[in-house]
Amino acid sequence: MSIVISKEKKEVGLLQTVKEISGVDVAGCLQCKKCTNGCPVTALVKVPPSEIIRRLQLNAGDSILSSDLVWMCASCEICYSRCPMQIDMAAVIDALRMISIEKNAAKQKGNVPLFNRWFLKTISIFGRTYDLGMIAAYKIGTSSYFQDTDKFPMMLQKKKIALFPSFKADRKYVKRILKKKK
Amino acid sequence: MKYAFYPGCSSESTARDQYMSIREVSKVLGIELIEPKGWTCCGSTPAHQTDRILSIALPAANLLLAKKMGLDMVVFCAACYNRMKVANYEIQTNSKCRKEISDSLGEDYDGSVNIHHFVEVLVKYIGITKLQEAFTHSLDGLKVVNYYGCLLVRPYKTTNFDDPENPMIMDSLVTMMGGESIDWPHKVECCGGGFALTRTDIVIELSNSILGMAKAAGAQCMAVACPMCQVNLDLRQSDINKTKRTNYDIPIVYITQLVGLCLGISPENLGMDKCVVSPKPIIEAVISNEQRKIFL
Repeated sequence: MSIVISKEKKEVGLLQTVKEISGVDVAGCLQCKKCTNGCPVTALVKVPPSEIIRRLQLNAGDSILSSDLVWMCASCEICYSRCPMQIDMAAVIDALRMISIEKNAAKQKGNVPLFNRWFLKTISIFGRTYDLGMIAAYKIGTSSYFQDTDKFPMMLQKKKIALFPSFKADRKYVKRILKKKK
Repeated sequence: MKYAFYPGCSSESTARDQYMSIREVSKVLGIELIEPKGWTCCGSTPAHQTDRILSIALPAANLLLAKKMGLDMVVFCAACYNRMKVANYEIQTNSKCRKEISDSLGEDYDGSVNIHHFVEVLVKYIGITKLQEAFTHSLDGLKVVNYYGCLLVRPYKTTNFDDPENPMIMDSLVTMMGGESIDWPHKVECCGGGFALTRTDIVIELSNSILGMAKAAGAQCMAVACPMCQVNLDLRQSDINKTKRTNYDIPIVYITQLVGLCLGISPENLGMDKCVVSPKPIIEAVISNEQRKIFL
């Protein structure tokens, strides 16, 4: 497969930023493709993990941020687990996600950043997750009102999902941690 | 036997059945599980996708509670287990990280609390002899595939759970209970986990491949050890049947529910009525005719 790359001419490239955020050095990559062959979503993406690493090494710049894998990676960590050079690819993808949000490059099918925001918002309010609240917020945010609506009556009847949030968590503690983040 | 027990947020919602079965099983086996007061969310996938320090500080906050109790931590959810193990590893190996976490928590935590998965407690610490004495029922040759998922076994040097490619701990438990644990290649594949709401298309693709392999292996049921896997494989089974034109009918139960049945605990008390795909074949295999009248 050929990879077409237009090089960026910035002093500090994406590679350096990824390294700073994740603490991972991708220089040792052998391109053996154990990550790509093990990755559960390889068959579904255009740019597999080993190619992301090559693009980073060649300093392909911000075009990497719009690679579909960035938001389709399931964080299952098989890439890291099988890598003979112990490169933590899952952490590299996490770093790419953070940069992509910062640069507003995250525009893909399924709004994972929105879900993540609401997840963290919920735990800052209750100290724990609240499924129904998160689902409602996500549905409103993505206008996907009718997806899975057939499942809720059954889940509520079986008590497979909680109707109300929990109030037993130490909420102040979580608020403190979330505040420190910024 | 006394442990600090971290149930995880899903135990109050979509994994109520997992929580019930752990509580019941522990009662029978004399394992004392104490929840740290005011325990909070571990941050799960959204935290590590958002901020590295946040993803370590959130689980560390709970580990600090266990440290103050002077107890080892027991976890069941694979995601919580993974995040806590990663937090301990990072804090132990990276002094800069430890400093940042103590700034965030307002207290120093040294990463010293031992973390065990509940299945590890059963097999390694209660032990085969005691378990076999306690079992009143048998799985009676029920064909079970054990599905471990991603986060228990990966990354190996951090979680150190079992063999990362071919774990056997749940298989040994199933064999002990008189079930036939089937050898199959999808033990540690990914079900799509955190995409349950955002990318159901990916969940359907990945879970379809797992269910397909389970069916080909001749499984009568699948035992799981993670709330996300249970929901994806059980709740989405009808969607998969619809979109992939398959006809899976594989009950997805927590390994603790199987243990509970073999300890003579009623299916209701184990929350088995919450399964979407009916677990009736399992209950029938375990419980004798007379008792069955009461339960079914």
